[in-house]
Amino acid sequence: MNHDASTPEALAARPRRPAWAVHGERALEAVVRLAGVSAIVFVAAIFFFVLREAAPVLVKDDFSLLQFLFSTEWYPTSASHVRYGTLALTVGTLSVTALAMLIAVPFGLGAAVYLSEFCAPRLRETLKITIELLSAIPSVVWGFIGLTVMSRVIVSVTGAPVGVNVLNGGIILALMSVPVIVSIGEDALKAVPDSYREAGLALGATRWQLVYRVLLPAARNGLLAAVLLGVGRAVGETMAVLMATGHAVHIPGSLLDSVRTLTANIAAELGEAPAGSDHYRVLFLTGTLLFLITFAINLAADLVVRGIRRR
Amino acid sequence: MTRVPSSHRWLRLVGLAATGALAACGGQSASKPAKSVIQNKGSDTMVNVAQVWAEEYRKVAPDVEVEVSGGGSGVGLAALVKGAVDVANASRDIKPSEVEQATKNTGKPPAGFTVGYDALAVYVHKDNPLGEVTLEQLYEIYAEGGKFTRWSELGVKIPGVTDDTIVRVSRQSSSGTYEFFREHALKNKDFRNGSRDLSGSKEVVELVGSTLTAIGYSGMGYATPAVKMLKVAKQKGDPFVAPTVAAVHDKSYPLARSLHVYTLGEPQGAVKSYVDWILSDAGQKVVEDSGYVPVPPDQRPKR
Repeated sequence: MNHDASTPEALAARPRRPAWAVHGERALEAVVRLAGVSAIVFVAAIFFFVLREAAPVLVKDDFSLLQFLFSTEWYPTSASHVRYGTLALTVGTLSVTALAMLIAVPFGLGAAVYLSEFCAPRLRETLKITIELLSAIPSVVWGFIGLTVMSRVIVSVTGAPVGVNVLNGGIILALMSVPVIVSIGEDALKAVPDSYREAGLALGATRWQLVYRVLLPAARNGLLAAVLLGVGRAVGETMAVLMATGHAVHIPGSLLDSVRTLTANIAAELGEAPAGSDHYRVLFLTGTLLFLITFAINLAADLVVRGIRRR
Repeated sequence: MTRVPSSHRWLRLVGLAATGALAACGGQSASKPAKSVIQNKGSDTMVNVAQVWAEEYRKVAPDVEVEVSGGGSGVGLAALVKGAVDVANASRDIKPSEVEQATKNTGKPPAGFTVGYDALAVYVHKDNPLGEVTLEQLYEIYAEGGKFTRWSELGVKIPGVTDDTIVRVSRQSSSGTYEFFREHALKNKDFRNGSRDLSGSKEVVELVGSTLTAIGYSGMGYATPAVKMLKVAKQKGDPFVAPTVAAVHDKSYPLARSLHVYTLGEPQGAVKSYVDWILSDAGQKVVEDSGYVPVPPDQRPKR
């Protein structure tokens, strides 16, 4: 360090940045910080407003939270005995999502590894563009494919009476989640420094050993984020599952049973529920439940990652 | 939280698509402000008729644009109650609570007009040997606690099927068809959970037409060659009646109903002309051509 810099003369003689540049930078810093914090604000605000619409029904005498969570009887417009039980809907959402992830995670991560490690550069660019196009297909189009093409295939292959069911919804959701998982997963693998690869190869590892022992552990956070975004896409998807799952309030006994998901139920019923009615508020409560489910999945995954890191 | 890698091309793509869609919407609504627009929403059963009405009416009154959308009778009436639409189509009667809400919100009590009739047909696949059904049997098939879950329990043997579980096809709960069926076939008891609740009249007929073991209900205008309409009797011993125009007019078919349009207060101006036109011979011909039953000529208002 230059010892002259600390003398008052030297400080005065040093070229100064103009005042606007200093303030401008501070302002920019504030904007960036605001943008960062805004995510938290938005999440909290959305949760607050959804819960606020739902809250009045929670304190009603004839509403039981236990029944809401654990009853399978969903009769929001019954003329004789209104019942709001969402268990069948929750199970519907979870079953379709679980099936979608069973299909999408191996395919998505496999494709990400292939793109990042094994693929020739030119083919990689083509594949990436195609995969990104796949993610740009609107969900209503996916739903339409499920309703028309996929349901016929399922009926002719499995002999099921109806082709709109868990299997159909799961496959459609898997197709929708794969591009997300591939894009993010490939980025995560690319972010692993090349020095890791070089070190692995120098130690005599085969390419497969390199992927399995070095890259996957090194990129696990990013890969988990990829899977989580895929799960989020699947849990939150509405239009496609509305069309592909058959929309029956029913705990599925097999892959070929029709189900209804929480999202599809909200979409189908919110339009008719008079604003402020119990039905309307219960639908918002269903939204809160959906929010809590995704939050729990994210939190669990985060804890798992921390667990891995500590070990 | 979990770290997300930096590059999100797919997100950007989605963003671009959304911006494009927004721009397209904006452009459309800004054009031709001189036209008067009638907002029309409601019954899925009536949405086909309403669309043809709108198209035909454009020829009669080119300066009036009728914008039609479906969603269900409940959706249409809910929008009318809020004052969001000018005309609501409903395949059921307006409820007293809706009249009260509308009067409270807008100060105008809704006015209703019967614009036609529909027979709710009970459909099965064309290869199903069943030809007729009673309302009691429909109750046992559809209602909560009903005892029929297999076709064999009705004495029906469906050819080429090993699992003869009845696939119940129903409608989403905002549908007027759903409420009408519940009221008349289920005596206002609840549907048993597990039915496929589809969101359109046409979808019901399509699913029944492609499923050997299915049964469904929908407007009689939606029949296709792949399905069969059952004759219906009120109870065992009563005559079975097929859904026909004559049977609807003489009220011998048990699942017939009126189709209505509702306006806020007595219709005025463009809305009045439109409703009058719907009830004229030209408007009623549309009803007939769409597979529904028009209002008998002697009951149409004189103009």
